[in-house]
Amino acid sequence: MSLNFLEFERPIAELEAKLDELRFVGDDNHLNISEEINRLQAKSRQLTEQIFSSLDAWQISQLARHPQRPYTMDYVTRIFTEFEELHGDRAYADDQAIIGGVARLDGLPVMVIGHQKGRDTKEKIRRNFGMPRPEGYRKALRLMEMAERFKLPVLTFIDTPGAYPGVGAEERGQSEAIARNLLVMSKLRTPIVCTVIGEGGSGGALAIGVGDRVLMLSYSTYSVISPEGCASILWKSADRAADAAEAMGITAPRLKSLGLVDDVIEEPLGGAHRDVDVMAERLKNSLLEQLSGLNTTPVNALLDQRYQRLMSFGNFKD
Amino acid sequence: MSWFQKLMPSRIRTEGGSSERSRSVPEGLWTKCDACSAVLYRPEVERNMEVCPKCGHHLRIGARRRLELLLDENTRHEIGADIQPVDALKFKDSKKYKDRLVQAQKGTGEHDALVAMSGSIKGLPVVAAAFEFAFMGGSMGSVVGERFVRAADVSLQERIPLICFSASGGARMQEALFSLMQMAKTSAALARLREEGIPFISVLTDPTMGGVSASLAMLGDVNVAEPGALIGFAGPRVIEQTVRETLPEGFQRSEFLLEHGAIDIIMDRREMRDRLPALLAMLTHRPSPETRHLTTEAEPEPTA
Repeated sequence: MSLNFLEFERPIAELEAKLDELRFVGDDNHLNISEEINRLQAKSRQLTEQIFSSLDAWQISQLARHPQRPYTMDYVTRIFTEFEELHGDRAYADDQAIIGGVARLDGLPVMVIGHQKGRDTKEKIRRNFGMPRPEGYRKALRLMEMAERFKLPVLTFIDTPGAYPGVGAEERGQSEAIARNLLVMSKLRTPIVCTVIGEGGSGGALAIGVGDRVLMLSYSTYSVISPEGCASILWKSADRAADAAEAMGITAPRLKSLGLVDDVIEEPLGGAHRDVDVMAERLKNSLLEQLSGLNTTPVNALLDQRYQRLMSFGNFKD
Repeated sequence: MSWFQKLMPSRIRTEGGSSERSRSVPEGLWTKCDACSAVLYRPEVERNMEVCPKCGHHLRIGARRRLELLLDENTRHEIGADIQPVDALKFKDSKKYKDRLVQAQKGTGEHDALVAMSGSIKGLPVVAAAFEFAFMGGSMGSVVGERFVRAADVSLQERIPLICFSASGGARMQEALFSLMQMAKTSAALARLREEGIPFISVLTDPTMGGVSASLAMLGDVNVAEPGALIGFAGPRVIEQTVRETLPEGFQRSEFLLEHGAIDIIMDRREMRDRLPALLAMLTHRPSPETRHLTTEAEPEPTA
């Protein structure tokens, strides 16, 4: 798969293009240019390290939305076994912007719930670009309550631009669907680990994001409003998205330092899409580690800790 | 400036500059109804609880005024009055958040966008909170979240019902992810009330949008709305841009929400002091506030 480079990665893209050319020439002429290729590969790697060592918030949000970014299903197939997808909210529809089902994590049965974006145009439309409608949140709620009944830990994967702003979504109670999930998740009697794998878009993300632990991949973002939305309201121009991204502090390390996120899972050099297998392996290890702690905590103590965690959020003078 | 304008008191003159602003004249003697455009005598509108005497349109009303109209005199105790906002993120857009706070505080006389009090309505003890829309659009940040939780805690400790009047554009962007987390925080506090069987009435007023609508405001055991209030998750402009068509008349108004099953009751503001305690008395197995009023002496006081 050829890589899709972002604007700020252009120097890397140029180098990689040169490398491809050399490889092509090498194949053709049986010339020994492997030394040159090695030299350029090292240079490309070095350049990538250099560029990725100082990304700003706006560049990171572009990575979080990268067209080749691994989505929930990419991780599900690599991390879990025996995944059985469960569909529908039992009331209206099966919203494909959220997927869920039971699976095994190293043998341990769990409930998996995540936003799902589409890869090609057709799938993007079917998945509504990862923007759930109320029935998506209600499906998630149904699965979470089922997990509680059968004592399955809940693992959620967050990757959405936000809840869908549409007429039908409003008619069917988008607000209520999100609000109810927040309420129920705060007291669900089973461990919940939430991981932001791409875009953590506002209430649409939080609606499956209340839990005992919140993790973020290092190039994912989590914010109250998209940088473009924030810029168009506060700066009166969507062009100031970069400023808005910086001001809101939407990146994983920043949110961890603010105490809003528990752990940051390091992505491979160049981002998760450069090596999905490695990323999945790291994510899996992190989930296992978190669950081993939570699974041994008595449920009442777990709920107390979850409540205290939520109550600790906020800055004020008193 | 004409001789006539010079004669006018300055506060009227400055407000009279544009027709847009004259609608929300805060102090002048005359005001105009947003809905029927009738020219109204301000003291009369005030006596009528900021409801247009001509057409019944519910004008926006300040948080403190709202609670004073609802709660019995000499029973009101403010909750969390000392909690004040801080700019922990040093947020700056075209203006510093700090400056926006100072401006909002000066303009409203409030520290932040939620006022909470304990007190009673016709003798029925309650905790009531109200959003101040004039304070940065009633946006929910850390102080709003914390005050709401403290109010819910008083409800829980005293085992008395909670009422919240929402009027908010949603989460406060200047507090970034902290404001988003207030949605989870306030909802978790309401989950505890639910477990303990303590009623929560959410009164949705114009406007209740975004993060406030998608958390505490939609979680009432009973959801009440004032007539004609704009209530929804996404703002109408955002939806219009997404679906690229004009929205139907009355979309996201209280009547639309009632029709679609999102709220229980549309209630006139002027009836709330009678109907809310009556409703709460039934949910808590107390005598009706009307009869209660006559037998105050005999009634056992709630555990406080």
